[in-house]
Amino acid sequence: MTPQPDPHPPGGHAPGWLPPTPAQTVGPFFGYALPFTGGGHIAGHGDPDTITVHGRVFDGASGPVPDALVEIWQADRDGCLAGAPGSLRHDQVTSEVVGRDGTAFTGFGRVPTDADGHWAVRTVAPGPHRPGATPYLAVAVFARGLLRHLYTRVYLPERADHVRADFPDLPAERLDTLLAVRERAGLYRFDIRLQGERETVFFDFC
Amino acid sequence: MRPPTPLTGEPTQRDIDAAMAEADRRPPPDPDHPDRDYPPYRSSALRHPKQAPLPVVDPEAVELTGPVFGVTDVSALDNDLTLGQTGEPAGQRITITGRVLDRTGRPLAGQLVEIWQANAAGRYAHDLDQHPAPLDPNFTGSGRCLTDSDGEYNFTTIRPGAYPWRNHLNAWRPAHIHFSLFGTAFTQRMVTQMYFPGDPLFPYDPVLRSVTDQSARDRLVAVYDHDLSLPEWTLGYRWDIVLGGPARTLFEDR
Ligand SMILES: [Fe+2]
Repeated sequence: MTPQPDPHPPGGHAPGWLPPTPAQTVGPFFGYALPFTGGGHIAGHGDPDTITVHGRVFDGASGPVPDALVEIWQADRDGCLAGAPGSLRHDQVTSEVVGRDGTAFTGFGRVPTDADGHWAVRTVAPGPHRPGATPYLAVAVFARGLLRHLYTRVYLPERADHVRADFPDLPAERLDTLLAVRERAGLYRFDIRLQGERETVFFDFC
Repeated sequence: MRPPTPLTGEPTQRDIDAAMAEADRRPPPDPDHPDRDYPPYRSSALRHPKQAPLPVVDPEAVELTGPVFGVTDVSALDNDLTLGQTGEPAGQRITITGRVLDRTGRPLAGQLVEIWQANAAGRYAHDLDQHPAPLDPNFTGSGRCLTDSDGEYNFTTIRPGAYPWRNHLNAWRPAHIHFSLFGTAFTQRMVTQMYFPGDPLFPYDPVLRSVTDQSARDRLVAVYDHDLSLPEWTLGYRWDIVLGGPARTLFEDR
């Protein structure tokens, strides 16, 4: 349908703005369309200082969500947000997606959860995107049963004090859901709980 | 093939109709989008947060930028889902075109648009779709393209069939194509579904009806455009997409 100006713009938006297309669930069958080769390999080839961030997605009964899609968007280690194109680079002979070339930093990752609800990306720890900012990985979560995707953030535990200062009103047990847990050097755990006990903090951008 | 043994002890369409009518009476937090807590879509029960989302007002948030895509991310054949196999897929060939806009009406050029869909018989090329309709060896059902300088995308495909699912007894999804878009900010990220005009399954489908505002729901339905149909080749549909996101994304000049 051709967009018509919104007669009742929400939130005091200027009249005449177009109303957005509504969201719909990603459904159960995105697996042959959206995931791509190397989707979790955000760091370049041979990067000497990568980190792996991994975790599981859980539902409100603490069961794994095997049909979720986790997307990451982040700055590079210098805090630069000008991610290069080429995450879904194609082979020109077969038209298959072969993934990024391993040199340009695209800042974008996309991984489906496995049958146990697990996902992982190998990337670099982002730098501050402006002086004094606390760096993080921006996360979008899609799943069957989720009518509209959710946003959260992965903060690394080395910055926990800054994160607390950034969210002074957030109770400690809520704040903890935004902090990855260091398992060993370079390996961080970040579980996403869609509902219930220790439910992950999700964001709404105003 | 014979019909499978029907589910027993599951809600009927009448049960779901009642739940949808009840949800219609409850104003959604945002009338432009589904409430994630929508009981008629039963898989949402354990998969929606109970806590309110935390508002973010940081004008320099990472989420006000986003990934970019370019010529290496698509191949020339990616927007024609009828190609790439040895033969032609079964079904009605269609073209779908439209513009990707932001809320000020500005066209978004160079945007990655990804789609996926069932085949003409209503079956996905996915091992978890085991309903007894035929797979089509000549159709996988995924494609992508970049919008042109006018923000326009264009796909050639076949019209997908309706398909059954196990939300309730005799549940059928209206024919639809899944769409994924990015915008210029991660906050504009959008995954949705496009429907075909006049589908008799609309009133029965809790996924479409999770958008409870009728004018918003109408925005998910393409229009048949005879000027887009090509003689003896394809039927044309037009569907424009407006990406939301916070107001600030509209005034950032990137
Ligand atoms: Fe579908």
